[in-house]
Amino acid sequence: MKFTLSWLRDHLDTKADLASITDKLTGVGLELEGVADPGAALAPFRIAHVIEAVQHPNADRLRVCTVDAGEGPVSVVCGAPNARTGMKGVFAPVGAVIPGSGMLLKAGEIRGVASMGMLCSARELGLGEDHDGILDLPADAPVGRSYATWAGLDDPVVEIAVTPNRGDALAIRGIARDLAAAGIGALKTFQPEVVVGKGASSVSWKIEMPQVCPWVLGRTIRAVKNGPSPAWLQDRLRAIGLRPISALVDITNFFTIDLGRPLHVFDVAAISGDTLTLRPGNGETFRALNGKDVTVTPEDCVIADAAGVQSLGGIVGGEATGCTEATTDVFVECAWFDPVAIALTGRRQQISSDARSRFERGIDSALMPAAMEAATQMILDLCGGEASEVTSDGAEPAWRRTASLRFARLRDFGGAEVPEDEAEAILRRLGFGLVGRDAESITVSVPSWRNDIAGRGALEPAKALSPDQIAQMEAGVAAIEPEVDLIEEVLRIWGIDRVPAASLPAASAVPKATLTPRQVRAATVRRVLAARGLSEAVTFSFADSRVAARFGDTAEGLRLVNPIASDLDQLRTTPLITLASAAARNAARGFPDLGLFEIGPAFRDGARNTQQVVAAGLRTGETPRDWAEPARGVSALDAKADVWAALTALGVPSEALSVSADAPVFYHPGRSGVVRQGPKTVLAQFGVLHPSVVRALDLPTEAVAFEIFLDAIPEPKRRRKVAPVLSAFQPIRRDFAFLAEAATPADDVLRAARGAVRDLVASVVLFDVYQGERLEAGFKSLGIEVTFQPRAASLTEAEIEEASAKVVAAVTKATAARLR
Amino acid sequence: MPDDIAALQAEAEAAIAAAADPRGLDAVRVAFLGKQGRITGLLRGLGQIPADERKARGAAVNALRDGLEAVLSMRQAVLDAVALDTRLASERMDVSLPPSLGPRGVIHPISRTIEEMVAIFGAMGFSMAEGPDVETDWYNFGALNMPAHHSARSDMDTFYLSGMDGGQPLVLRTHTSSVQIISMLSEPPPLRLIVPGRTYRADHDATHSPMFHQCEGLVLDRGITLGHLKGCLTDFLRAFFAISNLPVRFRASYFPFTEPSMEVDIGWNRRTGELGAGGDWLEILGSGMVHPKVLANCGIDPREWQGFAFGMGVERVTMLKHGISDLRLFYESDIRWLRHYGSSPFQPAMLHEGV
Repeated sequence: MKFTLSWLRDHLDTKADLASITDKLTGVGLELEGVADPGAALAPFRIAHVIEAVQHPNADRLRVCTVDAGEGPVSVVCGAPNARTGMKGVFAPVGAVIPGSGMLLKAGEIRGVASMGMLCSARELGLGEDHDGILDLPADAPVGRSYATWAGLDDPVVEIAVTPNRGDALAIRGIARDLAAAGIGALKTFQPEVVVGKGASSVSWKIEMPQVCPWVLGRTIRAVKNGPSPAWLQDRLRAIGLRPISALVDITNFFTIDLGRPLHVFDVAAISGDTLTLRPGNGETFRALNGKDVTVTPEDCVIADAAGVQSLGGIVGGEATGCTEATTDVFVECAWFDPVAIALTGRRQQISSDARSRFERGIDSALMPAAMEAATQMILDLCGGEASEVTSDGAEPAWRRTASLRFARLRDFGGAEVPEDEAEAILRRLGFGLVGRDAESITVSVPSWRNDIAGRGALEPAKALSPDQIAQMEAGVAAIEPEVDLIEEVLRIWGIDRVPAASLPAASAVPKATLTPRQVRAATVRRVLAARGLSEAVTFSFADSRVAARFGDTAEGLRLVNPIASDLDQLRTTPLITLASAAARNAARGFPDLGLFEIGPAFRDGARNTQQVVAAGLRTGETPRDWAEPARGVSALDAKADVWAALTALGVPSEALSVSADAPVFYHPGRSGVVRQGPKTVLAQFGVLHPSVVRALDLPTEAVAFEIFLDAIPEPKRRRKVAPVLSAFQPIRRDFAFLAEAATPADDVLRAARGAVRDLVASVVLFDVYQGERLEAGFKSLGIEVTFQPRAASLTEAEIEEASAKVVAAVTKATAARLR
Repeated sequence: MPDDIAALQAEAEAAIAAAADPRGLDAVRVAFLGKQGRITGLLRGLGQIPADERKARGAAVNALRDGLEAVLSMRQAVLDAVALDTRLASERMDVSLPPSLGPRGVIHPISRTIEEMVAIFGAMGFSMAEGPDVETDWYNFGALNMPAHHSARSDMDTFYLSGMDGGQPLVLRTHTSSVQIISMLSEPPPLRLIVPGRTYRADHDATHSPMFHQCEGLVLDRGITLGHLKGCLTDFLRAFFAISNLPVRFRASYFPFTEPSMEVDIGWNRRTGELGAGGDWLEILGSGMVHPKVLANCGIDPREWQGFAFGMGVERVTMLKHGISDLRLFYESDIRWLRHYGSSPFQPAMLHEGV
């Protein structure tokens, strides 16, 4: 919402300066967006009388002028051809900055003659392109006066952001009222005189859609002369960014801004028949004043004449019945539309207009008759003519209601000690009427322009609430909401900044844990993965459906109805999709060797509460080159190590895990695994990314990935640890080499060895895997070290031999591997 | 001391001193103290000495032997030290070689900021709550006093999914305020919670991302006032930005789910970007007293319970705190950017270490 300071002063009697006004606007909730003060740059420029202009003694094309700008004659050397004795011009004293050039004006001497200032052209003042000569002002221009003030160029334009609840502040009068309430001057009275009409209006109203338009006024004004509106009106509209069109249209725009009261003018000659009907649309199309064709629906309230739809009520008028320079008889529309209906129609039709933005916030219904009179008077003043009587249909919508405030609540809810009298005074200045007041509370009537106060919007209660509960909640809201509305009014005017800040009282001396165990898991995994050299990324939850398709089938429910871009059109089924794209971008930048991870949502089918938290990681390219350890391509087991590190850190016992080769399609089928705890619970999957995914995304050839399903990880049991067995006897270590078929999982050998001798095998380590020429084809050698930990006594050689034999037997039984 | 013993001592000591390495020294030991050694021979010959002289001579030979053993071990220590020095001198390595630390991993600044928020609000007794990114229209709008015609519901801002839930459209949550509702329905007040999480709006340009992070907060109790709102948020902002006198300004505004509503500004210098000084104001978060209808929609009687809610952009406060200028780079995963702005996993945000 833009307005000029002079326009504000039409409604506000104030001596406050611009800065005080703008600060206060922000304080009361009408946030300042910007101030343009075109006069500021022109402040030093004054109107001057050229007492004498004579030829410069040393230059043919210069004149020496003796100029009086109110402070006595000074000498100015001027090159303008139109500089002449007796003229009035605009004088820039030494020290002024010339807006057109940014030049700082200094005292000087031009060809031997002193020059103590400058007479300016329009271009030099930044007021246009005219540089043929200096500004030539009328003879009656007052010498010494600020040029900007005299020319009306010093009127600052203020722009504020109006929140959706404040329809009344989309009017200069409403803004003035808030400022007056907050102590910036006094609100001027607005009481237009009634124009006594002659005869009935030749056009009348008929409401057939009262739920959208319950009340409408109209009047015909005959024999008007439409044309350009006067300069003052054009200047005002232009200053706030509106284009003057014609006097009749400019008048409607004036009242839209001035009173927040949109009006519309029909050319009576263009109306078919003598009745305008407010009715539901029926699929008709009409050409709107914005030049676009609008097709109306049965939910839209239109204004139709005998020929059809002419206007979309409350939003935009029609071209066919609009006023032109040729209009002689005009019909003025002043209607009240339901805010919700206008909001829905506006959104459906995708039309923004000054009328819509006001109607959808709510219009002051009590103002309609006065606004009609004020508009009539201005039309008569600017266009002449003769007004008919006012015609109407429907009735004023009910708006009268009261609200009460318990003074103690200003303190107990608002946290502020506002004196009771001051609270009352603030409400009164805002236009609330005093209904009653006692020691504890005050009851006021709500002004017609504040539909945001003590409104009766319905609850949208949770489905789980019983009818009794809902009734109780409705009673609670009815008791509290109007009071909170009033507290807000009092506090925003009294000053939110005056409410003393109070630290929250401690809920307990030592705060309880902030995170749930589930949240701690994510934090732990984040640190573990970062500590393992992976860098955390945050990528979008949506992906390109074409890329996502490479990661398996996706449910239709994951598609966005209104994606912002075609490559962000569905929710991702795994963070690997977006992470892999991120790795590809890094590779394209010249960084193919890297590790990324992300902890974020994976979506299953787009239903509520079906997303999972996944810690996904990706390693691409080679390990870092290093003098001590040669670089190598990343391997599936690097990804497995990441998984193991994370799961171990989360307290998952690694003995409880099994790996099977049934990872999803985006992994290499022979170099990937699914990690389960028990037979069912999938905790993670890892492996080499499938070559087709690598190729499609343009990833480095070596790319391994993992996904850890954090929600699937069981809570570690919080048991007290039993005391450890710290045996006094030395452990015995024995190495075994087994010859196993190449396909034998090493883990089977390790497990068999671990379980071979209960209470004696403390650990089993795989220290060698060999496959090659020295073995028969299709076989591999696995070297394991078994640690026996005796507890009661040192082992004898015979006992060691016996235990070793059990290890060999167990491994052979489980895997058919034999001792080499 | 008999002359022959003294001469032997002198001879042995000279031989020990002359031994240049452990091997030479060992030869000297064998020559004098070995089984066939000369001093051993003297001891063996004591039997042939007359009994009255034997004691004195025996003592002298023993003294000679003990003395030589001491001299030998001293010489041994000297020669060992020399040999060690010689060996170490040959064992030099290039200690300027770069050590292998493995690649450095980092934590994303968004996660870091959330950790800091959790630490600071945690100290004020808040706990962290979470909820789904896919929400019904009721949790995201209706319950929060944003009726069907509210402008925020327009297609311009909200991402819709094709599915429905109980007859309601599914949306990507436009704020984490939806989790307020989930929490109020599942836990009775008093409540103190923060909800950091992903949020979505159909907006994409230099200063808007279709996905961003928000941290919602909710305090519900008896006797919580607007003064507490101001105190709590001022305490947070000063701790988060580590500026104990950071100017904080509250000004009236409007949100459907709070009343009174306030925007919160912090003081900064618009020209230099410096926080806490400069006389300009920067909008940083929205807040307000929880609207009675929001409480009532969740079955909480507004006559009994009251409190405040707030919401702030995680990226926004991160950008301000660290002087990051481009929002889009948060999601680009450029490894150079991540390494530059990321933080170490070994320095989690902890109040006792300073956030």
